Amino acid sequence: MGQPAIEEAHLTSLTAATAARSSASSEHSLVVEDLRVHYDTPEGVIKAVDGVSLALKPGERLALVGESGSGKSTLAMALMRLTKAPGRIVAGHIYLGGKDITLLEEPEMRQLRLNEIALVPQGAMNSLNPVMRVKHQIIDGILDHVADRKQTPDSHELEERVNRLLARVGLSPEVGRMFPHELSGGMKQRVAMAIAISLSPRVIVADEPTSALDVVVQRQIMQTLGRLQQGLDAAVILIGHDMGLVAQFANRVGVMYAGKLVELGPVQQIFTEPLHPYTKLLIESLPNLEEKKKFIGIPGLPPTLLRLPSGCVFHPRCPSFIKGTCETVAPHYQEVRPERETSCHLYAGVRA
Amino acid sequence: MTALLELRNVSKLFGGGFFSGRPPLHALDGITFSIPEDRPTITAIAGESGSGKTTLARILLGIATPSAGQVLYRGKDVARISGAERKRFRLEVQPIFQDPFESYNPFYKVDHVLTTPARNFKIGKSKAERRSRIEEALHAVGLQPEETLGRFPHQLSGGQRQRVMVARALLLRPRILLADEPVSMVDASLRATILDSVYTLNRTHGISVIYITHDLTTAYQVSDNIIVLYRGSVAEAGSVEQVIKQPKHPYTQLLVQSIPRPDPRKLWGDVPARGDAEALGEAVGCKFADRCPFVMDACRSAVPPLHHIDPHRVASCFLYRDSKVVAEQDIAGVFAPRADAARTGPVRA
Repeated sequence: MGQPAIEEAHLTSLTAATAARSSASSEHSLVVEDLRVHYDTPEGVIKAVDGVSLALKPGERLALVGESGSGKSTLAMALMRLTKAPGRIVAGHIYLGGKDITLLEEPEMRQLRLNEIALVPQGAMNSLNPVMRVKHQIIDGILDHVADRKQTPDSHELEERVNRLLARVGLSPEVGRMFPHELSGGMKQRVAMAIAISLSPRVIVADEPTSALDVVVQRQIMQTLGRLQQGLDAAVILIGHDMGLVAQFANRVGVMYAGKLVELGPVQQIFTEPLHPYTKLLIESLPNLEEKKKFIGIPGLPPTLLRLPSGCVFHPRCPSFIKGTCETVAPHYQEVRPERETSCHLYAGVRA
Repeated sequence: MTALLELRNVSKLFGGGFFSGRPPLHALDGITFSIPEDRPTITAIAGESGSGKTTLARILLGIATPSAGQVLYRGKDVARISGAERKRFRLEVQPIFQDPFESYNPFYKVDHVLTTPARNFKIGKSKAERRSRIEEALHAVGLQPEETLGRFPHQLSGGQRQRVMVARALLLRPRILLADEPVSMVDASLRATILDSVYTLNRTHGISVIYITHDLTTAYQVSDNIIVLYRGSVAEAGSVEQVIKQPKHPYTQLLVQSIPRPDPRKLWGDVPARGDAEALGEAVGCKFADRCPFVMDACRSAVPPLHHIDPHRVASCFLYRDSKVVAEQDIAGVFAPRADAARTGPVRA
């Protein structure tokens, strides 16, 4: 009898902590606190996500940008609790509607996926089952999440739901009877979106949802995603490296570098008045259609995550490098102005 | 004007054999243009997937043969040249491909892609001279030879691997560089550096560049002139200042309006567009008719010819039927001379 009591006590304290947390952030759909995801490799530990904190309100669109290797996709997978070995979440909390999903057992997490948090994957061509008709792939997710077996919808009702979902992503009911290979890239991505919204999640994670598509289709897909998100009042995290898409879609932008969030702020301000030197270089390097500019890249190379530079990880590439400070002390990530957060010694004395 | 490389009414058909029961797919449909010999140019070839841009690249490199029409290099049919002339063509027309990883053999050091062609094409007289030419080429694209040579491909970043490919092209001093989506798999911060090396090859080493891309923004930044392909045919062609900044063909307009501008103040509007190119079958008349917001009866019955609508622009659209038709002529004839306006640097805050 003693053993369960201890477990129960432990659980109660956890629940209490979670409840306290959720009251503090009840207006948020998703809160990430000091999340750390590491990969154990023979050469050493790679800190792919190294202490990221952020919060999303319902209806908000946050874009996470960064070069390859910055940890943005690892973060996306961690939010879904789909981190695969050798990767693991080593520390931090992810509160989804007040519940810390880092503490959940897999069966419970499985119920939350699609219901509460859904993924629109990168390259929908590889995420659909090639030997299964589209409608069965949509039905699969719905049936898997029926809480009470007695309330399993009948086939007529399911057919209706599939047709309604297809209509919402701009596809005709005939598509339901087709196989993935009969669809174009854009149509497959729409099917992936239909699956993602099938149970009205409160958070949608879109991992480079249009990376292999043509510009016209890309615009249509992103506009459809925007409409769906507004209809559900869901929060969206868009993972990407295309600053154009980010400018078109997001309300807020988070910039990642070497596993850390280095800047976060409203989209307009990030593009017109970036604070962190890395964000500045990133914005300057974008080609535009207004005038022919000099080609300006970011000097140097992204760091190897196995051997990170001392102090600020960006200091070897930074044009505003402060000698004696940047190479020795890692800057704090802090709010430097209302709604603006960054980690840079240039703003060390500035507090909101 | 003599042409260095010339395409005469080139078409390429896929499938459609007697037993297939399907009409053949026109991957390319009567393309005519040329690269002049007397001055280095940068020409972009742009289009979505299925536009035929990769087929065109393969034909230009002599890897694929056209189903109809001819590709001439220095006036000789590429399909028929052999021996020394073929070797000269192989030396003078160099490719850079999209995936900077697939161009390497992972078992060899990166030196291999530089030393092998240098030896085969007899660049330099001695090993030492070849080595110094290789180092010179690496410097020219912004790489440090000591950090690059002696390494395996996987030890370099994607951007570095692609720059080694640009260095390889420079080493061989080709006349034409054919770059097929050279930056689409490279991070944004490194794109500028690679495009700058390609641009420098043209401006300081006199190499003509054919830049094949789906990205109109970099096409505008890099090139002087552009050919916009739609399902194997030329939709619009001419100077980038005209075609990209003030597009006249409804297809180019749709493309330009769909570009995600990296500026939250210039948001996408609601652009009318139906379907995507892949989902549509072969059509009679204008290939864009099914997606065109300005479609007329004429578009359904005949293929619009190329109309010469501005001094430096042609477009294949019946909206401009009052303009002169450029029938079967080289569209490079309307291309604008290269503009060497000073490029302005960014304003640092």
